[in-house]
Amino acid sequence: MQHIIIGAGPAGVIAAETLRRKDPFCSITIIGDEPEAPYSRMAIPYYLIQKIGEEGTHLRKTQDHFRQLRIELLQGRVQTIDTRRHLVKLENGTQRDFDNLLIATGSRPLKPPVPGIDLPNVHNCWTLEDGRKIASQLAPGTKVLLLGAGFIGCIVLEALALRGVNLTVVEMGDRMVPRMMNKTAGGMIKTWCEQKGVAVHTSTKVMKIESTTGAQPVPEEQRTPTAEPDKPKGFLARFFGSSEVKPVEQTTSVDKTKHVKEPLLVHLDNGEILAVDMVISAAGVKPNTDFLQGSGIQVNKGILVDHHLQTNVAGIYAAGDVAEGRDFSTWNLDVHAIQPTASEHGRVAALNMAGEQTYYRGSFNMNVLDTLGLISTSFGLWMGVASGDSGEFHDPDRFHYINLEFEDDVMVGATTLGMTQHVGVLRGLIQNRVQLGEWKARLKEDPTRLMEAFLACTQSANMTWMPR
Amino acid sequence: MQKSLHIDPMKCTGCLQCEMACSYENEGVFNPSKSRIKVFNFEHEGRFVPYTCTQCAEAWCLHACPVEAIQLNKGTGAKEIKNSLCVGCKVCTIACPFGTVNYSQETGKVIKCDLCGGNPQCAEACPTGAITYVDANWTGLDKMRAWAAKTANAEHTA
Repeated sequence: MQHIIIGAGPAGVIAAETLRRKDPFCSITIIGDEPEAPYSRMAIPYYLIQKIGEEGTHLRKTQDHFRQLRIELLQGRVQTIDTRRHLVKLENGTQRDFDNLLIATGSRPLKPPVPGIDLPNVHNCWTLEDGRKIASQLAPGTKVLLLGAGFIGCIVLEALALRGVNLTVVEMGDRMVPRMMNKTAGGMIKTWCEQKGVAVHTSTKVMKIESTTGAQPVPEEQRTPTAEPDKPKGFLARFFGSSEVKPVEQTTSVDKTKHVKEPLLVHLDNGEILAVDMVISAAGVKPNTDFLQGSGIQVNKGILVDHHLQTNVAGIYAAGDVAEGRDFSTWNLDVHAIQPTASEHGRVAALNMAGEQTYYRGSFNMNVLDTLGLISTSFGLWMGVASGDSGEFHDPDRFHYINLEFEDDVMVGATTLGMTQHVGVLRGLIQNRVQLGEWKARLKEDPTRLMEAFLACTQSANMTWMPR
Repeated sequence: MQKSLHIDPMKCTGCLQCEMACSYENEGVFNPSKSRIKVFNFEHEGRFVPYTCTQCAEAWCLHACPVEAIQLNKGTGAKEIKNSLCVGCKVCTIACPFGTVNYSQETGKVIKCDLCGGNPQCAEACPTGAITYVDANWTGLDKMRAWAAKTANAEHTA
């Protein structure tokens, strides 16, 4: 049996390991297009703040992990898939046949339609190589403009602030993390960030980015590795390296006629012009499906998969950020570009590829975010449902917030701010559709009684471990 | 024979010695807020419920970790946090449907029960036998697994 996996992220790696566990004799190849050991994009912000080195981002730490499991890692980019002849063709001319194929090509940053987005010093923060470039240019006081305050933007924001840069965030939506947080929570996060010295512009667009040095846009293919890998922190830096977020001086609007030393001018739709050293674009991501055009594999937003994570073509599966599968909460098809979905998809797809028919109920949307020390989460249908009702706990002075969304006596979604203990029970209650009975009224009255409700509703009368 | 924690809330008097023992063993301080086992107080019913990780077979936390920082201790069956690898991304804290992985802002890492390497101090400290460490077969582990499996969103169909 010949299994090929395109993509060396969490979904691809977990799929390969699962296949090996199920079948000691099959042949497994992971094709990845980055010149790195398989790594986690989620770890990049922690690499940026030097909490970990590059090896700390690696998905597997054991030397020889893949060789020991006889998983071949092939570097290259797939150009086309021949679904009829079961063949993948790489850009470098290599061809490989497969019995089963898993497409786990993930997603890539969207390029916002802003003039100047290709200028030097405008970066994405997506790959490890992006991380290296950004890390090499960061110094305390560096003026950075972050385009987009979505989930990824906010994670990058945390890392940048910890590096002591002078930070401005520009977000088109009316609040921070608009696709994860409701208006109250998004507003509280904005206030928190502003109090930490970050300039936050919501409902604001970047109109254009201009070079002050006459630099020309960098063509896509020349955006290649240049920076030295970041050196480990020195002795003194380890002791004095700041982990505290200090309020920093905010970037102020400039008079365009004056000479500025920063290489970039960013024009906002409110008329402001900001002089900055670097722009980081975090304007959302998009599944990597372009190479599938004409392949016969059905693509909507992502690659459409069934409850076994198979595409419309037998023997070809998709997993992770690139897959558009069943949403557990809405029963609609959707792309959930989150780590837990990638790992579940990878495992379930591999079981099916190995011939072990496994049904996947659907992915559960959830996120956790740390914005300069304020921790927020959202689960399931956090925005609520039309026929539902909700309970809210709001303590803006302490930045505590809990919002629970119900449908009948079942919780369907939740948002929290400033909660770090037992937060996972929200997933438990929602995903199990736990009937709350009398506890619904109590939770509506006081959402902080969450753990009590969870314990009372999920354990039997004698309180041993059992669902009621 | 694998052992596991058996919790019998009917025997719990709410003395919190388990929390003290846990925080002392794992954090070096007597501080219930740093305990990995928590006793919940049902004031109106006069009940106390000790609660911690069941080391479930699904190991949601372990599978959700992007950097292999949660690993299985094959001896005890515990899912253990490797502090040197944890980056503090907190994905495990939302992935665990039992809410038993918590984030510490102080250390920037997550914390969960690791059965104290096979000698859980909460059970040692419990004066009433509400928390015991016994053969897995006796503890209703199957019941726990049933609940964990019910939580699973993937299931074998063949």
